[in-house]
Amino acid sequence: MLKTTTNHRRLVTLATAGIGAVLLMSACSAPGTSDTKTTDPGNSTSGATSTAASGTPSCGTEPVTLKAYIETGFPMTGLLFDEFEDQFPNVTVDVREDQFAVITQNAPRILADDPPDIMRLPQMSELASEGLLMDLDGYAADFGWDQWPASQLEQLRVAEDGTRGTGPLYGMGLNFSMTGVFYNKDHAATIGMTEAPKTLAEFDELLAKAKDAGITPIMQFNGGATGGFAFPLQNLMASYGDVGPINDWIYLKPGASINTESNLKAAEHMQGWVESGYFTEDANSLDYPMVMSRFLGGDGLFTFTGDWESGNFDTNMAGKVGFFLFPPAEAGGKYGAMSAPLTYGVSAYAENPDCAAFFFDWVATNDEARTIAVQSGGSHPMGPADAFMPEVDPGTTTGETLTAGAQIVADNGAMDFIANATGAIYAQSWTPNLQKLMAGEQTAAGLLESVQADYEQQIAG
Amino acid sequence: MTDSATTIQPASGPASLAERRHANRARRLSKSLIALALVVPAAVMYAVFVLRPLGLTIQYSFYDWNGIGASTWVGLKNYAALFDNPVLWGSLLHSFILIVFFCLIPVILGLFTANTIRGFSTSRLALVSRTVLFIPQIIPLVAAGIMWSWLLTSKGFVNQVLTAVGLGGITRAWLGDFDLALPTMGLIGAWVLFGLCMLLLLAGMSKIDPALYEAARIDGATAWKEFWSITLPSLKQEIGVCVTVTVVAALASFDIVYISTRGGPGNSTMVPGMQIYYLAFFERELGLASALAVALVIVVLAIILPVQRATKEDKD
Repeated sequence: MLKTTTNHRRLVTLATAGIGAVLLMSACSAPGTSDTKTTDPGNSTSGATSTAASGTPSCGTEPVTLKAYIETGFPMTGLLFDEFEDQFPNVTVDVREDQFAVITQNAPRILADDPPDIMRLPQMSELASEGLLMDLDGYAADFGWDQWPASQLEQLRVAEDGTRGTGPLYGMGLNFSMTGVFYNKDHAATIGMTEAPKTLAEFDELLAKAKDAGITPIMQFNGGATGGFAFPLQNLMASYGDVGPINDWIYLKPGASINTESNLKAAEHMQGWVESGYFTEDANSLDYPMVMSRFLGGDGLFTFTGDWESGNFDTNMAGKVGFFLFPPAEAGGKYGAMSAPLTYGVSAYAENPDCAAFFFDWVATNDEARTIAVQSGGSHPMGPADAFMPEVDPGTTTGETLTAGAQIVADNGAMDFIANATGAIYAQSWTPNLQKLMAGEQTAAGLLESVQADYEQQIAG
Repeated sequence: MTDSATTIQPASGPASLAERRHANRARRLSKSLIALALVVPAAVMYAVFVLRPLGLTIQYSFYDWNGIGASTWVGLKNYAALFDNPVLWGSLLHSFILIVFFCLIPVILGLFTANTIRGFSTSRLALVSRTVLFIPQIIPLVAAGIMWSWLLTSKGFVNQVLTAVGLGGITRAWLGDFDLALPTMGLIGAWVLFGLCMLLLLAGMSKIDPALYEAARIDGATAWKEFWSITLPSLKQEIGVCVTVTVVAALASFDIVYISTRGGPGNSTMVPGMQIYYLAFFERELGLASALAVALVIVVLAIILPVQRATKEDKD
């Protein structure tokens, strides 16, 4: 009895000492202070000058392996890599794929510890401020990206204080997507819709007609962590107000607020839609795939999403889906739409930044690559306004979204997505508040106040 | 030869005692060395993969750190922030509600089911029912979460059945309802954990001496009395294990929430595990996330240790 007690006691002492030692060991240094990187992160200025002597940066002629870390489920990127390898046989692309949520979660570690040459980027302010992304301004000058319409690259610029819209270029798009309203042409015919609505009032009228005809007016997801009501809400914001202040808020400009007079009108308008029963009753339990499968199955007159679905509609509902940009509040007003580059970047520690930059330039300027961007991606390619465009049948959904893209460029109406302001604003603030709005547990004013408070707290933290 | 043998022999008396003692000590030493050698690999793994992360989590909880750059020592500020933030607090409350579903329901139902199955324990039916009831436990939680979230949609199987039996009035998108999402998720957890509890309790019941039941029956005890006075007290330890495992599952729940609701709608199913994930990987507040993790460990221990003590008392 005694012996077991002493043994027991000794064991406890040993264990305590062990735990103590481990704690001590780990407490040696503050987290994040031991920098294992011996080389300074490269930047484009050095990269560009080193290659400036031998002309514009390229992949050279020696065998080179590009390390790519991309989002799974989007065939376009893979097709682009295949075409690139065919045109430049010395290049091999070593591709690793993950879901976007996984990329978001691991981005800092991957960029620092296993640096890819080409990587799909989540919200990039923090990654850029922490010095994990390569400054691509030098390449922009070398390749003439700075001659492109400035709005294409605006979202990819991050200033030193972490605000976006200005500052060095830290990413590049493989194309830029466009969002708006997709509609089921059969249902449209049923309710007598012959052309796209020109004003918000006309849009409301269509919603009411659909409701009366027993057709779900808006098929929209709002479940899980993805509050899809943010799509119509932001469209309404751009309908009532200008896109400028909305972009300022997304770019974290000092003093920016989402709780403005015109945004309140937008939120109240959407609350009206909720109260009128224009969304499905179970919207709070619907995720994106469920909504897409219902819309493809013929349920719903409208759905708010982006042109990444154009190819899907052209394949699975050929000729049955149309697209229009969300109309302005007043006739003749400017159009606004969420439009964002499909963002890729280069790690500050990448081994082949020149080749990666060359790839980006190739994607935007090569005819084959632009064809792939349109046909597989369904979106407008990056690059100069007058660059080659593949022929697309204007009657297809893809054709309609591309035409709409030109309207947004003309009205300078491109906005980033309000869900992208900070890393957590979507999952932690927009989504729960939009779900509450849907359930009648939040008011329009309360929604904006609450999101603004979370925004300020997240920026401060 | 014999000479040397005889000379050695007398000397061996006292020497052998010392030698034997020495040999004993050597044997004991080598025995404990072997024991040590056997323990070391596991101990090293334990230290590196359990103790070190635990230590690091505690350490991180005192820093303001985004996981990438330099960190700042903030003392207990992260812990103070836990008390300030109602969403963080609310998530802890939700996990307490989940205890009812993850622990009480499976243990109570498990007790009665096990007791029923014990009644016909030798028949084929017992084997079948054991297997069927245990199956949810071997389905990965992720698969269970996906399956249930489809069954529970507005047009899903659950609502179809309810409509078929004339309860069409109460159908809804169960996981999208503010008031019912959390209890619904709790029921998924109960469905998963029930089999485990039932099997553990059944195993415990098979150890009870049948003579006790015979004696009770001779004394004219009812089935209820038998259960209350023999079965239940004999299962104290097994119940302790069930309660421990299920309470930990409730407080540390993540998988089912992640798959079925991600904490929604409107944070109504937010639990600490989900919140830690968001804080660490979306808000990149590793300090605050670690503080919440440490707080969660303390809450779990505060609940589990008394349970352990209460169910082990008899043995000492």
